[in-house]
Amino acid sequence: MILRATYRDAGPVTVLDMSGRITLGDGSALLRKTLHELLEQKRIRILLNLADVDYIDSSGIGELVSGYTSVKNRGGELKLLHLTKKVHDLLQITKLYTVFDVYSDEQIAVRSFR
Amino acid sequence: MTGQRVTPESKHLEVTLETEVESVNLAEEMCLRVAEAAGFGEDECYRIGMSVREGVINAFHYGNQERPGKKIYLVVDLTQDKMTIHVVDEGKGFNLRDVPDPLAEENLLSTSGRGIFLMRAFMDEFDVVPGRTGGAEIIMSKKLPRPGNPSPNGQSGSGGQSAAPHQGT
Repeated sequence: MILRATYRDAGPVTVLDMSGRITLGDGSALLRKTLHELLEQKRIRILLNLADVDYIDSSGIGELVSGYTSVKNRGGELKLLHLTKKVHDLLQITKLYTVFDVYSDEQIAVRSFR
Repeated sequence: MTGQRVTPESKHLEVTLETEVESVNLAEEMCLRVAEAAGFGEDECYRIGMSVREGVINAFHYGNQERPGKKIYLVVDLTQDKMTIHVVDEGKGFNLRDVPDPLAEENLLSTSGRGIFLMRAFMDEFDVVPGRTGGAEIIMSKKLPRPGNPSPNGQSGSGGQSAAPHQGT
């Protein structure tokens, strides 16, 4: 799967569609760069769509947590959408499933933002 | 990669890796090939691959401090019972007891420190000992699936859920 990050508007929410592996190196760097770009544009309601991300390592997890904290510090929210089974399991064993708001329906996820 | 040795039976593999990001992918790919050939199922291969990644990331980042002059030594042993992986760095070594528990409330939002936890969670056996280089040697193993009884797919955290509470103790 090609590593890619694109974003689109869904009302006041920015949906960030990622694909590929979020791992040490290019994957983590792309997520970091894109979230930084969104925050620079004052986009602080971010829904990260991970439907096409089938692999995340500890570096990728670190980047997710870093993004979550950065967005929160700006008064915004970073939520997750469409976790693949492996990513779901990874967030569960690391207890991060209790930290992130996770959705399986995009419309419901978009409506959940304050 | 600067050196590779495989025995005629291909049951013992030694590779010397450079301290660079690409070594993480290379180590994962090599171990995945061995794991697949040994008969591990898709989920177990994923766990082995992830553990190797985390072991080499640990050597690259924490052990060798990302210094290009240092090496990472990867050894894979395949016996009738299990696949054992050694990752040795050229750092100063560390004590497992000093590794913070990433599941502790105060560490949940930490941006690092989950690699050891994941290796423990995904492998059947895991330990860190002083390496021959003076650095740390990570030793981890996974029991081979029995003939006619392939490793389970579709189950999460095999061998790991029980390992998790030991983290940071």
